[in-house]
Amino acid sequence: MEQKLGKNQQFFIVTLRVLIGWHLLYEGVAKLYNPSWTAKGYLLSAEGPFGAIFTYMAKSDFLLQLIDVVNVWGLMLAGLALILGLFDKYAAILGALLTFSYYLAHPPLVGTESVPGEGNVIFVNKNLIEAVALGLLSVFPSGHIIGLNRFIVWRRKKMVLDN
Amino acid sequence: MNKMSDQDKKGISRRDILKGLATAPVLGAFWWSASAKGDHDTEIKKGILNELDIKAMNPPTTGSMKGDVIKLGIIGAGGRGIHLMRTAGYATPQWLDDMKENARKNPNDTRLKSFLEQEDLNVRFTAVCDVFDVHMERAYGAAETDDNKPIRYVDYQDLLADPNVDAVIIATPDHTHAPIALDAVRAGKHVYVEKCMTHKIGETLELEEAVNNSSVVFQVGHQHRQTLSFLTAQDAINKNVLGHVSLVQTNTNRNDDAGAWQYNLHPEANEKTIDWKRFLGPAPDLPFSREQFSRWRKWWVFGTGLSGDLLTHDFDRINCVLKMGLPSSVMASGGIYSHRDGREVPDVLQVSMEFPEFSTGSSREKGLEKGMTFLYSATLGNGFNRGTLLMGHDATMELGESLSIYADYNSTRYKDLLEKGVIDTSTPMYGYNPQSEGVDGVTSATAKYFAEKGLLYTYRDGKRVDSAFLHIREWLSCIRHGGTPSCSIKEGMEEAISSHMATLSYKTGKQVLWDDKARKVVIPGMEGADLDAIITDSKLLPEAPIV
Repeated sequence: MEQKLGKNQQFFIVTLRVLIGWHLLYEGVAKLYNPSWTAKGYLLSAEGPFGAIFTYMAKSDFLLQLIDVVNVWGLMLAGLALILGLFDKYAAILGALLTFSYYLAHPPLVGTESVPGEGNVIFVNKNLIEAVALGLLSVFPSGHIIGLNRFIVWRRKKMVLDN
Repeated sequence: MNKMSDQDKKGISRRDILKGLATAPVLGAFWWSASAKGDHDTEIKKGILNELDIKAMNPPTTGSMKGDVIKLGIIGAGGRGIHLMRTAGYATPQWLDDMKENARKNPNDTRLKSFLEQEDLNVRFTAVCDVFDVHMERAYGAAETDDNKPIRYVDYQDLLADPNVDAVIIATPDHTHAPIALDAVRAGKHVYVEKCMTHKIGETLELEEAVNNSSVVFQVGHQHRQTLSFLTAQDAINKNVLGHVSLVQTNTNRNDDAGAWQYNLHPEANEKTIDWKRFLGPAPDLPFSREQFSRWRKWWVFGTGLSGDLLTHDFDRINCVLKMGLPSSVMASGGIYSHRDGREVPDVLQVSMEFPEFSTGSSREKGLEKGMTFLYSATLGNGFNRGTLLMGHDATMELGESLSIYADYNSTRYKDLLEKGVIDTSTPMYGYNPQSEGVDGVTSATAKYFAEKGLLYTYRDGKRVDSAFLHIREWLSCIRHGGTPSCSIKEGMEEAISSHMATLSYKTGKQVLWDDKARKVVIPGMEGADLDAIITDSKLLPEAPIV
């Protein structure tokens, strides 16, 4: 069952959830409204131990189209759900998978090239931190406290009661 | 199961509703922020693009390749000749095997795939001509099909007399371009001739007259005219995006032996396999030299040096964009500083061409701006990539396979946009890159040099296309449907004369003038001198023995 959280814990967990949700939603929306956006460049320039897998994906038209769609809609859905606190546990898992895959495609290793605008990073970058923060949100879901999940929880309880 | 509270039993409370919907207003804020940013970005982008109004250009579509087969003869089947044959659809069996092997080893190598997918130009090579047996057989192997057994000719005159040849591709050493092209035009054959179109001045004017008085379709092999970024650059110039261009800077930087024409000597090249007399053609009667046969670009009697070989590329690229025509004067200097291997032609060369009457347009008061210098700077001893720059009062264009335009800090036209901070001088206000993904299969340093300059490949619908293919296709289309190719005799004449002027200035140390009224090259103080003799003169004696 859902954890009990203290007031301060609630505040920061929910704030983190909404802020990350905002970020993911805008990443998705910006891609949706940029008709020339594609993950191709990011994938083709992938580096590190999994670089070849990402490069392979970019070269298949079918996979690339799928990846583009999954990215845009995955980011928007996860972002929206996190902001609203609806199925936020699953949204956090989806977001964590997406951001972790961005990390794996361009991990800031000793010998890899840094992605423009990333700042100074080694091994740990913002993608990794966001992925882990989303992991945290998935094990501390808060939609049932502040969020639409509260209604679902209420309905479930009511149904149990009615039966 | 949790114990239900009284509240739960009653139904949803106001507290539930508040807490359940607490974060929903964030969406409103998000909506507002995202739309505000979207509108702002669109406005800026639209503002700049409307101001510049440059159209990413597609070349005029050339006609269909259907109909009668065009029967081609290849004259000169060395490296370039074989490449052009392949471009026209006929690869040597050796090349096909090599590419199969390469594609097997490296799945990213798509050269074979591109070749096989290339459009059929509906041509066949009915005749092949070369003075070197090995090259002749190689060309024959590429041209031969089940229903086409080409005829081998050692003498190009015999090939030109063959009624079964409609058109010829000439890819011989520079010193024979004009004589062969002239004879071909007189024989009524359409001509595709490699650059530099000619070797000397007299024959250039003679060829110009002959082509103008004939009905043959004439194309000089400056294939970069098909490059998309150059066509887009033309539109930017037409719209006066750069303002008055006062200086154009072009460069060649190469740092490898092949790039300096120090090719490997062919192991089978000898007096028995080479018809040396026919190789010499109009050149003086020199003794047989394996090295001069393979590395003819190093000697003035055969080659045109940096000016004819590489300056012509840059001159024609800019002439394609600006259409500035012939310079009124040329100064050049340089030397042999990196490859003291017995060559006569310089490996470092700077050429400055003046166009005092030319202007790309102006954004300032009338009469203030007129005239332009075209600067060419080359070294075969350093490979640093210096961009091609067109420098205008309002903006600078960096031109290669992609195209970037930077506003100038003191521009008249973009003053408002600069002050408002809509554009700044360090990031391109216009960028055009027809290449949507990484260049594949470009291997040698020399090939990269050409690719970076937009000379090798161009992109159509995001797909890489060999620009030589499009250039040959344009020539064939004009043969089939009429019209004048983009690099015909006028452009070829301008390319050749300007490069010979550069060579003359390098060799005499004097300023060389073009007298447009008399249509002749003049060197003040040297009136009456035989300029063609100066061009081919090998005054600089080789310091290393010729192999």
